[in-house]
Amino acid sequence: MGPETLEAKQKAAIEEILKAYPEKAAKNREKHLGVGSPNDENQKTCGDVRSNKKTVPGVMSQRGCAYAGSKGVVWGPVKDMIHISHGPIGCGQYSRAGRRNYYIGVTGVDTFVTMNFCTDFQENNIVFGGDKKLGIAIDEIDSLFPLNNGITVQSECPIGLIGDDIGAVAKVKAKELHKTIVPVNCEGFRGVSQSLGHHIANDTVRDYIFEGDLSHIDTTDVTATEYDVAIIGDYNIGGDTWSSRILLEEMGLRVVAQWSGDATLKEMALTPKVKLNLLHCYRSMNYISRHMEKEFGIPWIEYNFFGPSQTIKSLRKIAAFFDESIQAKCEEVIAKYQPMIDAVIAKYKPRLEGKQVMLFVGGLRPRHVIGAYEDLGMEVIGTGYEFAHDDDYKRTKEEIFRSTVIYDDVNEYELEAFVKKLQPDLVASGIKEKYVFQKMGLPYRQMHSWDYSGPYHGYDGFAIFAQDMDLAINSPVWAHSKAPWEKEG
Amino acid sequence: MQEVEKIVNGKDLFKRPEYAEVLANKKQFESSMLAINPAKVEEIAEWTKSWDYREKNLAREAITVNPAKACQPLGAVMVALGFEGTMPYVHGSHGCVAYFRSYFTKHFKEPTPCVSDSMTEDAAVFGGLVNMKEGLKNCAAVYKPKMIAVSTTCMAEVIGDDLMAFITSAKEEDGGEFLPAEYPIPYAHTPSFVGSHITGYDNMMHGIMSQLTEGNKGETKQRINIIPGFETYIGSLRSVKSIVEAFGTDYIMLGDHSDQWDMPAGNYEMFQGGTKIEDAKDCINSSATISLQKYATSKTMKMVEKRWKHAGGFSNPIGLKGTDEFVMKLAELTGTEVPQKLKTERGRLVDAMQDSYPYMHGKKFAIWGDPDFLLGVVSFLLEMGAEPTHVLCHNAPNGWEAEMRALLDTSPAKDSLNVWAGKDLWAMRSLLFTEPVDFMIGNSYGKELMRDTGTPLIYIGFPIFDRHHLHRYSISGYDGALNLLTWITNKVLDQLDEDTKGIATTDYFFDLVR
Repeated sequence: MGPETLEAKQKAAIEEILKAYPEKAAKNREKHLGVGSPNDENQKTCGDVRSNKKTVPGVMSQRGCAYAGSKGVVWGPVKDMIHISHGPIGCGQYSRAGRRNYYIGVTGVDTFVTMNFCTDFQENNIVFGGDKKLGIAIDEIDSLFPLNNGITVQSECPIGLIGDDIGAVAKVKAKELHKTIVPVNCEGFRGVSQSLGHHIANDTVRDYIFEGDLSHIDTTDVTATEYDVAIIGDYNIGGDTWSSRILLEEMGLRVVAQWSGDATLKEMALTPKVKLNLLHCYRSMNYISRHMEKEFGIPWIEYNFFGPSQTIKSLRKIAAFFDESIQAKCEEVIAKYQPMIDAVIAKYKPRLEGKQVMLFVGGLRPRHVIGAYEDLGMEVIGTGYEFAHDDDYKRTKEEIFRSTVIYDDVNEYELEAFVKKLQPDLVASGIKEKYVFQKMGLPYRQMHSWDYSGPYHGYDGFAIFAQDMDLAINSPVWAHSKAPWEKEG
Repeated sequence: MQEVEKIVNGKDLFKRPEYAEVLANKKQFESSMLAINPAKVEEIAEWTKSWDYREKNLAREAITVNPAKACQPLGAVMVALGFEGTMPYVHGSHGCVAYFRSYFTKHFKEPTPCVSDSMTEDAAVFGGLVNMKEGLKNCAAVYKPKMIAVSTTCMAEVIGDDLMAFITSAKEEDGGEFLPAEYPIPYAHTPSFVGSHITGYDNMMHGIMSQLTEGNKGETKQRINIIPGFETYIGSLRSVKSIVEAFGTDYIMLGDHSDQWDMPAGNYEMFQGGTKIEDAKDCINSSATISLQKYATSKTMKMVEKRWKHAGGFSNPIGLKGTDEFVMKLAELTGTEVPQKLKTERGRLVDAMQDSYPYMHGKKFAIWGDPDFLLGVVSFLLEMGAEPTHVLCHNAPNGWEAEMRALLDTSPAKDSLNVWAGKDLWAMRSLLFTEPVDFMIGNSYGKELMRDTGTPLIYIGFPIFDRHHLHRYSISGYDGALNLLTWITNKVLDQLDEDTKGIATTDYFFDLVR
């Protein structure tokens, strides 16, 4: 008998893992676990997994909520607006400044991203309603932070349960203050994960930015050009959008807006005039991209700026949309960075080649970062999403290189079991899981926050990515786990 | 472009000219005022430093800006993780649990197990009974905890789910396959719109102590229960235990998460250490209970004192006086003399305080945090002759303000010392601009205050996300007070060097010996 194949090992791991569950939970989880093979025509989604369904209760899912998707992801990074966490104190506190949405501005004066504004609901607000308090809160904000360009109201769970009408409050206050005020019903119990929060937030962008009164924002000084594009679905984590933007500008395009890392209201207002929307995080902003296509006739394309192979492919795909001058400049950009990238790979590939990786992230990364690892000779053998839909898992088929175990909405128990059975050299996921694997002596990188490093997008970002992966895998600290007296026997 | 021999991350990358150009170019599309009119930003920034702004700022009644408190279930999760093999279980939406776990994990740099029963829209309409039945069963099957401690999110509280009935019916339906009748599943209602994380601590501790001891009242044992409260310093739990152990008395620490959030590397076990379930069931039969945090255990201690008739009461072992009182209380309860070990430790602390006092004496401090933490640390500042100019407690319960005022009134500088109950950290920003201090003591949220006001921040409190390992130390007991003294004095000395390092201008005072 030959050595056990990776695929066989992966399948056996799934079978073994399901045994721990009671019958109903096992039946449910079975549908969310699978083994994907590259470009497999027979599979509907990668690994044929089911997704975007209710989480099994009691199993320690890593998922967040709709509020997290709206306040934490889509709206929160818009820097010249103030985002109120409307409800009790916790949600805003736990999510404050954790996502590393970088921005330039004087915090507390003209920009507000890392701050926490909350209506701090008390029992009487639950009993008698909180609309009045919200109205006063908006007035107080406008008097103490006069340079804000607008306010969003991010609803926490109780709002939708006690029958408050935040839409009415927003309407009155927007008129009074002559500012954009956006009510967002992103209560945490809505939907099954962050995902619905993205969608709800996208819809409010449509209703209150594109269809709202933006007369307080002067956009007349910007004249549209043939080369205007917007970056959609990049949250500027650790500066990602900046290291993407530079490449687009170098190839002759004009980036008019960033959604929503380091974004301002004016940039969002300018977007309906761009020639092309460039969509990085499909999951969280495909809705508004489709809307702009339908309403303003702006085409959108997905791209991937993780790792040189995908970056080059994406740059050419973007350039193909424009004229030959852009295409020529695109080739110049690629040629300009190639020696640096060759040197990065020459330096790090020998140190990382053949190392196996397991991923579990959200948004676009479970598929988008695979290429970056593979460019370094590393092998991704497992991946999964916290809150993806079928379309994400379909796209994943094109990104995997080998038999890959796919786990949707994986919980703490399953991820730990998969790692123990498949023995990767690196686990790349979030803060909640980080120390579980480090305790086991496994190198680990947070792939939500870039572990306080980054950016990872673009060519400059890839160099940092390579250096960070080397740092993690080849650090001497992992060898210390075992005491010298344990080494024998 | 990156240089391969010296790859830099965002700290230095964006300082490069090509990125300076990108950022400057972006401004034409921006609506933030810095891009449009920097002078206006400067003007408003100056205004935020004024007394006029302060008056408006402190008069806020509806919007909280940069709070220094969290919500109830966070405290409930901490309690649960202090018991042997116990899974914290939050009845509600899983988004909350993701937040609790990441919040604690960012502070402790340790895993924080906790499950929820993932209630969604249909549960909001029909109640969360189905989620509870499945959730408890799955949790028991997959993680095999010895106990499951159930708390609630605001969603479950608004719809009014009945935990006791739900747990009973979950056990009945399961028929003992995963949830035997005797399986301990204590619970507490922990609405986020009442009190703060310390209220949730109190409610969950009360739930576990009252429900686990039901029907267990027997003969009283010479034994002391210790309830630490919402204690985020792992070293403090160990210091307290070492003091109690020095008296040679039997004791139970109720809610001891010191091993759970300080796991050695090597392998991962989900649960480590904690109060034995057996001990928790028997704690009603101890002769005394001491709570180390009055405001985090008021409901629990009311039960212990009124219904259980335990001796003990409150004792806050932070600082010299606080530790002295704790030690004397133990001496009284055990009927023994103060052990020599503690006498020596006290002597060493006092010796150190007398070595360092010139640097803390008369220095003005702003400090914020939980009510009991503040009483302890402010007492220590006063013991050193320091002046706690602004003492701010966002989650101050009734009675705290008067107690803190009375403490500050023992200082000769009392007229310039202020108590700020129920205020947030944006209020603190105004206080720091209008009535400046020399140093701040607080958690990571002080970082922006440090940047904006230039006041040096001494990291003591919770949460601390951006400094490592401080939570491993103690701030309680004589050894803990020595840590406080060391951190504060050395920050004063660091600042003294910072202020005097000007070459040929101020460095005559840049002394080698301090």
